[in-house]
Amino acid sequence: MYLYDHYDQAMVDARVAEFRDQTRRRIEGTLSEEKFRPLRLQNGLYLQLHAYMLRVAVPYGTLSGAQMKMLGDIADKYDRGYGHFTTRQNIQYNWIKLEDTPDILADLASVEMHAIQTSGNCIRNISADQYAGATADELIDPRPYAELLRQWSSFHPEFLALPRKFKICVIASDTDRAAMRLHDIGIQIVKNEAGEIGAAFYVGGGMGRTPFIAPLVKAFVPLDELITYSEACLRVYNRYGRRDNKYKARIKILVHELGVDEYRRQVEEEFAHLQTLAIEPPLAELERIKTFFADPAYEAGLSDDLDLSNPAFAAWVKNNTAAHKTPGYAIVNISLKPVKTLADGSKQAGIPGDATGEQIRVMADLAKTYSFDELRVTHTQNIVLPHVRKADLFTVWEKLVAAELAEANLDKITDIIACPGLDYCTLANARSIPVAQKIAERMADKAEEIGELKLKISGCINACGHHHAGHIGILGVDRKGLENYQLLLGGCEGADTSLGKIVGPGFDEDGIVGAVEKATQVYLANKEGEERFLDTYRRIGMNPFKEAIYG
Amino acid sequence: MADVQFLFREGEEAVSAPTVALSAFAEDTNATAVVIEPGEDARALLPHLDRLSLVEVTFPAFTDGRGFSSARILREAGYTGELRASGDIGVDMLSHLHRCGFDAIAPNTPLDLAQADTALKTWPQVYQATVVDGRKPIWALRHGL
Ligand code: HEM
Ligand code: SF4
Repeated sequence: MYLYDHYDQAMVDARVAEFRDQTRRRIEGTLSEEKFRPLRLQNGLYLQLHAYMLRVAVPYGTLSGAQMKMLGDIADKYDRGYGHFTTRQNIQYNWIKLEDTPDILADLASVEMHAIQTSGNCIRNISADQYAGATADELIDPRPYAELLRQWSSFHPEFLALPRKFKICVIASDTDRAAMRLHDIGIQIVKNEAGEIGAAFYVGGGMGRTPFIAPLVKAFVPLDELITYSEACLRVYNRYGRRDNKYKARIKILVHELGVDEYRRQVEEEFAHLQTLAIEPPLAELERIKTFFADPAYEAGLSDDLDLSNPAFAAWVKNNTAAHKTPGYAIVNISLKPVKTLADGSKQAGIPGDATGEQIRVMADLAKTYSFDELRVTHTQNIVLPHVRKADLFTVWEKLVAAELAEANLDKITDIIACPGLDYCTLANARSIPVAQKIAERMADKAEEIGELKLKISGCINACGHHHAGHIGILGVDRKGLENYQLLLGGCEGADTSLGKIVGPGFDEDGIVGAVEKATQVYLANKEGEERFLDTYRRIGMNPFKEAIYG
Repeated sequence: MADVQFLFREGEEAVSAPTVALSAFAEDTNATAVVIEPGEDARALLPHLDRLSLVEVTFPAFTDGRGFSSARILREAGYTGELRASGDIGVDMLSHLHRCGFDAIAPNTPLDLAQADTALKTWPQVYQATVVDGRKPIWALRHGL
């Protein structure tokens, strides 16, 4: 894991001091809410329906046991005992007091964490593949490049008042686990024909009200030009991105309106100019960063054998663990989407992405003891222990069971992404969380039979819940003052990224749950071989679903 | 038009020449001072840098950051005259403006001097080479460059 040196620490400490001063001026009244707003937003502090919400950055989703423990302690000390892991691999607290925030930021700084640029119209926290460094299917660990970009984008003086927020994602695997092409800039670390490592830049993706899959803008940027090329992409955007209409201000609109060729031409022109200026860190800096991401001290020669005689454990291993690059190790996914069966047999689903302070500390301890002190946050709002010995899996599972963290439903229909929706969000048209819970409760017993099905819910057109990219997507809309839900099918955020299509007229809350159930029945009736829901949909098209749902 | 409150040009006074709009500048061959609005392209000035003593870049709203790029573009091209930021400028923008090459600041509402001083000193070091601020970035310090 990356560790701060005194330079990094001084930057974060300076930010805490600065924000303490800004907060004091706001509370005293010498700083207006209008002027304070962009400042607090660049420190992750939103004003929500009931309270302030603080979003803490988890750079490229990687954190240590001590950092995770701090997140749990903050939940208990300053919030109501829980935190919410987000689709951008961050954590958010929903019940924060303004006057506490400087102290929270100071607590975070003590474990090399911060809330810098987690909101506002600036370059946001950089996301990455949650299996980075652990999976066999990647070219190289993408996180050193993400860290290089993190430093470059932190307090970049030219890009702190962009037309709109700006999200960058870095992966190094063809299996895209991070929705790379739905970012403002998606970077895939690749190898060219000469065998050199470099970066492919996809620019202009995004969700929101007008979703776009990012087109390829440059197939190979050498590693010693990564920052210079990024700067060129950003400068063109800062100068020409639309400022007149915030709904048209994302870079996706600029790329779309200019056309990718013209955008590329302008970037190349700027790139050629910036190359003369020596703004690129030396490769030695990348090498320095890489040393922090060296493999942990794996034990050699471990066995891959597992005793799967306990059926609940076997189900969890099957669904929630993934292949590790090292023999004898596994990647463990901890689902934050529990569905409990109550004494009367009824089901009770949790809030997607929520964890209590105590649960967060349990995960921190497990990481410390069993995963080389490392965890990851995933964009699907779950947690990963990246390097667990297979011999320890049973113990880890038992501890997760005891903490109600062992739901064996990764990528199943009950592993739902849901935005905060009308329960917390000022922009919402409809509630997302209760819909997610009802669907999970209705479908829990069928989840295993249905298999992989990514269901994603947003409470309004802003698409925080990635509904465009769900195999099944649900969008909350306002219909004559009533909450109404539209159903989308066929979205996907993986390597074969696609955007979902609306099936037909919307539903009320119970109606949407029924419609989802019908869609799964159509799938099960039509499925061929090993097809997933998405595959069947792509083969048979929308009509059979439409007929079953509205017929 | 607001007065210059902060000037970072050693031993100089703020330029008082009358400014013309960028659109009028090309025809007005006597003009030595020009104003750039957010939507205008600073690169139009590049052929004329040697006759300019003042470029004023306006920030009608502090949320519109196009002026930051305009400033760097001019400095990167070698402009050495006064580069003034004017308009809706808060104390918290000062160090960023300075880092992009502005050396004169004319806020619509004068800023508190003590707060401005604190704000300008906020960042002990910086992560990026903007080149135009003359500061060594952290990566250069780390590697003795
Ligand atoms: C609760 C307060 C929140 C507010 C007010 C809010 C606001 C917004 C807005 C306005 C957009 C659309 C931006 C645009 O299209 O330009 C957006 C998009 C998004 N938000 Fe949120 N959001 C909130 C919470 C969250 C949470 C909790 C998450 C993660 C779980 C999240 C993740 C995202 C993502 C992934 C997008 C789509 C990004 C894209 O368009 O590329 N947001 N949000
Ligand atoms: S999608 Fe809409 S309702 Fe949901 S969190 Fe984002 S802005 Fe709020």
